[in-house]
Amino acid sequence: MINIFIENDLGERQALEVPTDMGFNLMELLKAYEYDIQATCGGMALCATCHIEVLEGKENLPESNDQELDTLDTLPNADANSRLSCQLRPSPAMDGLVFRLKALQEA
Amino acid sequence: MIHTDICIIGAGPVGLFAVFEAGLLKMRCHLIDALPVVGGQLAEIYPQKPIYDIPGAPAIIAEDLVNNLMRQIEEFKPGFTLGERVEALEKQDDGSFIVRTNEGTGVHCQVVVIAAGLGSFEPRKPAVEQLEYFEGKGVHYMVKKPEQFRNRKVVLAGGGDSALDWTIFLADVAERVTLVHRGDTFRGAPDSAEKVYELAGKGKIDLILQSQVNKLGGNGVLKEVSVLGNDKSLITIPTDDFIPLFGLSPKLGPIADWNLGVEKSAVVVDTFDYSTNVERIYAIGDINTYPGKLKLILCGFHEAAIMMQSAFKYVYPDQKLSFKYTTVNGVNPF
Repeated sequence: MINIFIENDLGERQALEVPTDMGFNLMELLKAYEYDIQATCGGMALCATCHIEVLEGKENLPESNDQELDTLDTLPNADANSRLSCQLRPSPAMDGLVFRLKALQEA
Repeated sequence: MIHTDICIIGAGPVGLFAVFEAGLLKMRCHLIDALPVVGGQLAEIYPQKPIYDIPGAPAIIAEDLVNNLMRQIEEFKPGFTLGERVEALEKQDDGSFIVRTNEGTGVHCQVVVIAAGLGSFEPRKPAVEQLEYFEGKGVHYMVKKPEQFRNRKVVLAGGGDSALDWTIFLADVAERVTLVHRGDTFRGAPDSAEKVYELAGKGKIDLILQSQVNKLGGNGVLKEVSVLGNDKSLITIPTDDFIPLFGLSPKLGPIADWNLGVEKSAVVVDTFDYSTNVERIYAIGDINTYPGKLKLILCGFHEAAIMMQSAFKYVYPDQKLSFKYTTVNGVNPF
């Protein structure tokens, strides 16, 4: 079990307890916590509706694959800290990750 | 005014199959979709991806499923209004509805079926000052008629395939084309990216990388765009048209205002027949919700079959519906 944190627009952080052995990706986990993200494509890195901005811990994440980069390229507000949560599988290395849900601002 | 029995909002796989189920019961359909093509998410998001859970098809490419569905409903001659978004529902005294679109199209029908998936796909809009003010006055989110840009100064923004493709195409049409991209490489089709670099190298287009359009200016109509570099440099480019191409994003849109029960961007239905809380309006596929809902195409197909049996009473109030298998009766075209 690790802890990751979601920061809202007011700068407040909510801690999520995340199992690393259940095969969830971060998008599925956010849905399980009932965050209102669309995740239209179901995790294929195609729709960009699970877009997040990593605030802390970026260096501990695996590199984006080509599909994720292609999709991020279609977003008007993506930047170097942008990731698609469907492409991130929680692991012990991600303990302490802090991010913001950009998809909610785009909806 | 278009007259039909059933108006289906959404031409994705579930909306298309609903035409077949209606056709078996001799009910005619007209479909409306905000996208310019049929297929919904399958066409817009993952046309080349295989789907593995369609009964009888061990694996089928999304685009092929759409084509097969179109072939399957061909004999029932559905009508299509594509590229228009449904804006309003008007209830008539006799219980029927008129469905109206943003382009003024009206469809008179006995039953409305919402098969709108996640809602209508709308362009993603970048955070650019004055963007909405200049919509219709020089800002375009898609290229419908390339000829309208002939001999004009055009600025495009984006780094995907659409931005690359239209930059290449408009290079031969417009007086001057400028492509602005926030990165320094393109991840669209390598051939297209190479062609764009080649056009820029020959001076046929202007390519501005690591920059974003941040403000529009003009006097009633668009005259210029401001481009902010990642290094904070600011330049102004005279232009007649600005085309931001950042793909489409699904939005529930006006459906949310129709007094249907909506929970978490989905319409609550009765699983007896997938009817909404408004008589003669049904919701099927990803747009609906109920206890145990699974957002699968095959579940939407099931819902379409059930709801059309229920809708029959509004189209043929004097007839008794008798259920028949296609293996007994076949498919009888209109």
